Amino acid sequence: MEQILNRIKDKIEIKISTKKRDDLYFFTVEKEQIEFILSYLKEQENFTHLAFMQAVDYLEDGKFQLTYMLYNYKIHINLGVNVLIDRKKAEMFSMHKLWPHIWQYQREIHELFGINFPGSPRVNESFVLEGWEEIPPMRRDFDTLEYSEKTFYQRPGRSTNDPKEYMKEKMYKNYADTPTIRREK
Amino acid sequence: MNRMSENKYKGFEADRSKYPEMKDGKPVIDLESHKYTKIWQGPQHPGVTGNMALELIIDGDEVVDTKTRVGYLHRAFEKLMERRRYIQCFPIVCRICVPEPDTNEYCVSAAMEDLSGIVVPEKAQWLRTLNLEMSRVGSFLMWLGGQAGSIGMGAIGQWTVGMRDFWLDLFEEMTGGRVYHMYMIPGGVRKDLPDGFKDRARDLIIRTRKLLVNIENTFFNNIIVKSRLKGLGIITPEMVDEYGIVGPNARASGRECDIRINNPYVKYGELDIKMITSNGCDAYARAELRYQELLQSLDLVSQILDKIPEKGEIQAKLPNVLHWKIPAGQTYVKAESTRGEHGFYMVSDGSEFPRRVFARGASYTHAISLLEKLAVNISISDTAALMVSLHTCPPEIER
Repeated sequence: MEQILNRIKDKIEIKISTKKRDDLYFFTVEKEQIEFILSYLKEQENFTHLAFMQAVDYLEDGKFQLTYMLYNYKIHINLGVNVLIDRKKAEMFSMHKLWPHIWQYQREIHELFGINFPGSPRVNESFVLEGWEEIPPMRRDFDTLEYSEKTFYQRPGRSTNDPKEYMKEKMYKNYADTPTIRREK
Repeated sequence: MNRMSENKYKGFEADRSKYPEMKDGKPVIDLESHKYTKIWQGPQHPGVTGNMALELIIDGDEVVDTKTRVGYLHRAFEKLMERRRYIQCFPIVCRICVPEPDTNEYCVSAAMEDLSGIVVPEKAQWLRTLNLEMSRVGSFLMWLGGQAGSIGMGAIGQWTVGMRDFWLDLFEEMTGGRVYHMYMIPGGVRKDLPDGFKDRARDLIIRTRKLLVNIENTFFNNIIVKSRLKGLGIITPEMVDEYGIVGPNARASGRECDIRINNPYVKYGELDIKMITSNGCDAYARAELRYQELLQSLDLVSQILDKIPEKGEIQAKLPNVLHWKIPAGQTYVKAESTRGEHGFYMVSDGSEFPRRVFARGASYTHAISLLEKLAVNISISDTAALMVSLHTCPPEIER
């Protein structure tokens, strides 16, 4: 794996590279280089399996982090490629030509994080949120409490009663003159 | 693996001569021409594997276009976890998969341990392996009944689900819960095995094997099953990478991918376990492969029962979990569920709450991209069998 990383470092500039476990590595690249590096990893270095693609919202830094998790069936190593993109201009290249099934991750991220993927198939179709009009809900600035207060009404709630009085009224009314009840009076 | 089908479907191309005209990669379907009918299979339908729906466009009884529709089950687990402390995530994650909740529990605990550098004691690792393998047995039994039921053999479903209930009894003894166990927590497991558990488990393995002999005779040697499943839903080896196919679906197309063998976790590295693959590529090959894996899982459970140490710690020392801050970082932990690669990607920012937790389920690609492709040009009566043969589980799609 070290050799692969060295070969990649010869080609592009890697910002951060971490070894998490023997079978898990992460590195961060620039947005412009992502298309090149992913196709290089897939075609030349046998990272043919895309396990997933996901986004993380760093609201305080004004960035989204996109992660492409690749897997190599020959050396059995997972490699996570991270890209930081600007939160205000949330847009990323579509990778559906490399892995046809990535369109569904891109559709999900488009819906839940509001990151656009121009050219991705069916990216504007709704995934789990049909008819959603608020800001994308997986963003950190989406206020769940405010949304639920605005959308759903409060149930009136149960009225509370003093159990002793209530039971006397409901169940023992006919037996009001029994000794126990009389004693309580 | 002598019964595995021959590699006669390699390079199979679907017959698209009857397919509607394609324009910009999409079929042009004029519903007003009265040639095509749009029907929904699901979300409440005995032939779908949970709360999801297939929007089928049919021409006669032949499917010409399919769309998978989800959203009936969305409980926003990932968003909920961002607002909860690490230890509070546990009652949530097991709900991601009903037949096999333990893989979720393992992945989340292992991700937290990985980020915070906790080492799990030896015995706890063995107990985790036992729990994971038992859940695979339970899930396979449920699947076997579902596959038989999808082509009209309801009796096998009753046998296997009945047998699964005895496995749930074992889970109840071991963990206190039947369906959701919440057994694995960061640092180890909650309980040790009760007295006499190993004998009862060995007894149940023998009873399950006896049942499986009957199932092999009635299901796998049945001409109707063969005629329904052979040639259905062919996954060519080239499609495995294109569609991100994992688990038994990929192994039935000849790909050697089993996380228990390739990237051994917990104690799988110390067990005698062989990769089972097939070149059949179709639904029957997948059914046979899962049947072989079920037998293998029973073998593994008895191996684990023999190797589990009698004494030892079952829980590493944890900090106060109510104020537990995990160092900043990101990790990805995966395990082999019955459907394939099941993983959790966890990002921590150093606070008491996870920044992002993402559950990667195998059904995400199997039930959307792959199913939409495979369901074209098959008979509408085969859609249920195809869906079950991919072993899809909707809660993994909309976490």
